[in-house]
Amino acid sequence: MPRYFTRDHEWIEVDGPKARVGITDYAQSQLGDITYVDLPAVGATMARGDSVAVIDSVKAASDVYAPAGGTVTAVNAALEEAPELVNASAEADGWLWELDLADPVELDELLDAAAYTDFIAGL
Amino acid sequence: MLGTIGAASVDALFTDVPTDALQSGPIPGLPFHASERAVERHMAALSARALTADQVPFFLGAGAYRHHVPASVDHLIQRGEFLTAYTPYQPEIAQGTLQVLFEFQTQVARLFGCEVANASLYDGSTACWEGIAMAGRITRRRRAILSGGLNPHYAQTCATMARFTGDDLVVLAPRAEAESDDADVIAAIDATVSCVVVQYPDLFGRIPDLAAIAEAAHAAGALLIAVVTEPVALGLLESPGALGADIVVGEGQSIGVGLQFGGPYLGLFATREKFVRQMPGRLCGETVDAEGRRGFVLTLSTREQHIRREKATSNICTNSGLCALAFSIHMTLLGGVGLGRMAQASHARAVTTARRLSAIPGVEVINRVWFNEFAVRLPRPAAEVVDALAERGVLGGVPLSRLCPDRADLGDVLLVATSECTLEDDIAALASALEEVLA
Amino acid sequence: MNDLNPSGWRPSTGSSEPGAWRPTVTGHRALEQDEPLLFEIGSLDGCGVDFDEDDGAEMLDALPRRTTPVALPGLSEPEAVRHYTRLSRQNYAIDLGLFPLGSCTMKHNPRLNEKVARMPGFASVHPLQPQQTVEGALEVIAQLADWLVALTGMASVAMTPKAGAHGELCGLLAIRAALEARGEADARRVILVPESAHGTNPATAAFAGFTVAPIPANPDGRIDLAALLERLGDDVAGVMITNPNTCGLFERDMKTIADAVHAAGGYVYCDGANFNAVVGRVRPGDLGVDAMHINLHKTFSTPHGGGGPGAGPVVLSQALAPFAPLPMVVRDEAGKPRLIEDPAERTDAFGRMCAFHGQMGMFTRALAYILTHGADGLRQVSGDAVLNANYLLASLKDVLDAPFAESGACMHEALFSDAGFAEGFSTLDLAKGLIDEGFHPMTVYFPLVVHGAMLVEPTETESKAALDQFIAAMRDLARRAKDGDPALKAAPVHAPRRRLDETLAARKPRLVWKEA
Repeated sequence: MPRYFTRDHEWIEVDGPKARVGITDYAQSQLGDITYVDLPAVGATMARGDSVAVIDSVKAASDVYAPAGGTVTAVNAALEEAPELVNASAEADGWLWELDLADPVELDELLDAAAYTDFIAGL
Repeated sequence: MLGTIGAASVDALFTDVPTDALQSGPIPGLPFHASERAVERHMAALSARALTADQVPFFLGAGAYRHHVPASVDHLIQRGEFLTAYTPYQPEIAQGTLQVLFEFQTQVARLFGCEVANASLYDGSTACWEGIAMAGRITRRRRAILSGGLNPHYAQTCATMARFTGDDLVVLAPRAEAESDDADVIAAIDATVSCVVVQYPDLFGRIPDLAAIAEAAHAAGALLIAVVTEPVALGLLESPGALGADIVVGEGQSIGVGLQFGGPYLGLFATREKFVRQMPGRLCGETVDAEGRRGFVLTLSTREQHIRREKATSNICTNSGLCALAFSIHMTLLGGVGLGRMAQASHARAVTTARRLSAIPGVEVINRVWFNEFAVRLPRPAAEVVDALAERGVLGGVPLSRLCPDRADLGDVLLVATSECTLEDDIAALASALEEVLA
Repeated sequence: MNDLNPSGWRPSTGSSEPGAWRPTVTGHRALEQDEPLLFEIGSLDGCGVDFDEDDGAEMLDALPRRTTPVALPGLSEPEAVRHYTRLSRQNYAIDLGLFPLGSCTMKHNPRLNEKVARMPGFASVHPLQPQQTVEGALEVIAQLADWLVALTGMASVAMTPKAGAHGELCGLLAIRAALEARGEADARRVILVPESAHGTNPATAAFAGFTVAPIPANPDGRIDLAALLERLGDDVAGVMITNPNTCGLFERDMKTIADAVHAAGGYVYCDGANFNAVVGRVRPGDLGVDAMHINLHKTFSTPHGGGGPGAGPVVLSQALAPFAPLPMVVRDEAGKPRLIEDPAERTDAFGRMCAFHGQMGMFTRALAYILTHGADGLRQVSGDAVLNANYLLASLKDVLDAPFAESGACMHEALFSDAGFAEGFSTLDLAKGLIDEGFHPMTVYFPLVVHGAMLVEPTETESKAALDQFIAAMRDLARRAKDGDPALKAAPVHAPRRRLDETLAARKPRLVWKEA
């Protein structure tokens, strides 16, 4: 399934009209020990670029922006008890939410894996 | 030192200040330094211009209560390691303050019948607003109902904030009746309401039925905020959390802190564990050190202004640390049993006082029940009566007009409060002075 | 002669061999006594208060009563005194040594302050007593207000805010009210805040209903004047500027900025957190400031108390003075202080910040400090504070990176960065090393505009000897951080606790004691 990235360090994996979102491994390494993840509510609608989740580490709280608009269909409930999953597995088990995409065309403006790798190399 | 710095004089260190804004000598027109003895004498002379609670029969309450504070409390809070410490940002060398805060949080949570409490806020009135703001964050609604039994100065503090944040506050008018305005509060609840704010005991000393209000609020998806301005009452009354309150805020002044002409006081704040990340103010939490020993740290600070900046839950930096310490020490000396005794004595004096005052022609006790404070209706404006009592060396209570100057219809209402410090002689002095004034 | 030393006692200094240390049965180490929680040592029927014999057990039958006492343990007086005394000894404090927390201003707290605050005419009076029975307390508020107005060159002062952040809020609400009165509150919603500002500034602006626009700093650590002027316009309500700023530098362009902001229809809020650097020398009113809070616990030596209570009176310009909140104390024509509480008397007042009259207990302390020092002594306070900070800067800038050392003299605090530390060594390591040396660390990681910031504020309290000892410790720690001394990563080792696990505390919050 195709996976895209944002310059704000989110990833989005697309499966037809549905998608799953998380933060990148680079992002989790910069944040340090993650202590809490504040997720959107199931059923919430979001537009691309909206600040919809917050990831806390001990000394920082970082906003997570929606890589694409849509309606939230599920959130990763495991993070409630184990926010450290985002540290251990940011791009797999530490996913954040799933959504029905409002407009798949939005994905065209995101980075592919190679472009994202180049992007973080330049930081 | 100037040699090391490479400056010719201390004044030369201020060259970045524009010369037209830099004073070339001491600011003109102000006195120069004075000796410790001279300053002490100056302040003592000012202090003498007062009628103090310790000197005369004293019956004031309305949000600030006089109780006896054991001598060890003031001794302990003056230990330099407490008095001259900073916020415990370096936990390895601040375990004293941190453990006190952890104990304080536990004491407040238990007192209020809640799961968690914070490390204190400025005072009861600001804590009340913080509770309303928090209920808004939780329910995502912006409309709050404030009971007419809420201290009007609390209501005004909240209304001032709401005016700027855009929250909609429905403030019910205080009514001098035998029963609290529970029915009006319940009637005002609908699905747009974030919270109802109910003082317990209320402004007039009445005791609202929190359980009934909580049920009505919860049915509409709203929260109940209970406001406790006299925590000693909880020595006799059930804790608000146990009655269904979701957020309990209060003024902790009456335990350990003293009157101090209104400040510094102590904002108490407790709630349910599930709301903890929406709670304002500092929090102390338990953890371990590198050797596995138990220790305490400030925690969940990502809610706070220094990290979240414009997204913080509140702009509060300080808590009321030393007042929290005083409260905690006094509460430790009391224990639950001592709190009950203090409450019982305070209540008993109020019952006696009410009985004596209601025997005076023209004086009517308004309440059906009360804890240590009740309202009486006088045949004359209460403010005048209070002034006349003061001339006779009796501090007789708080005229409601002091809190509601715009309510001419409440001008004859006087709030009378007692505590374990109130003596039989004090009650007799108040009764006879009042009789004389009203004659 | 067998009675010469029948007990056999002989003075001895014991063994000096290393390794003599062993764990104690109690867990204590002589004067370092570990103290359990109150809930682990107290009993639910304990009580240390000596009550009068209960002479009036009268009760209302109708009173709804709780069925069991609140589950709070009580300790006897000697137990309580020991509990808190032992806990106190696990705290660092100004009374123990140099406490160089930048921007926090940990100066000596004169004990005269404590004595006067406890005088009965201030401590044992109720905030709602008739005014004629609290004349002395009102006079204290009025005298302190007079001094604050004179020292800042402003028009008036709102005394009720309960801390610096509360004062900031008061100042911004006064600005909102002034804009409302001009009919421009909806149009002007933006507050400009420099990036180096303390987080409270943007938090307050947001709380007061404004949006925040950040203004960058220029390379010498001051506000980028051009960027600020560029951003001014019809949507700007005002600016919030800290002066001296959080990099310890005086904002040279303050007056230019203020004039431009005023010309563009905005107001100037000054964060007075660092007023102690210029008190008695610079009046913010002369720089065009419209509102500034004064942290009485910073500039005027009221105790920090382990995190409050503070006090944050706000001085106001002529333009904002009418909007000050109630209650307030004013002097009548005869100079007699009078309390105004009724909004009908001050219709422009924007409202009320809190239930009563502000932090009276802090007013008495601050007034005692001010009267003791006078106009001449306060001038010396700022001079000594700035002298001490510059001495530290000059004595450390060869071993620690001081990013703004060439930007002019620093004010009351010196700023360093972690540049040049060995790989894997951070500001935090140096700070924890200071603990083992017997000092409280400086402010770390603030301001955000400098990487690994260390903000050192010695205050006027410290003697040259105390500064020299601190400098020696800092030079050694700087060397160890640059060399990558692994022992530094373990610091502190001599404190009551080693480094604490803050991640665990935040992931699984335990905020109250529960029976295991």
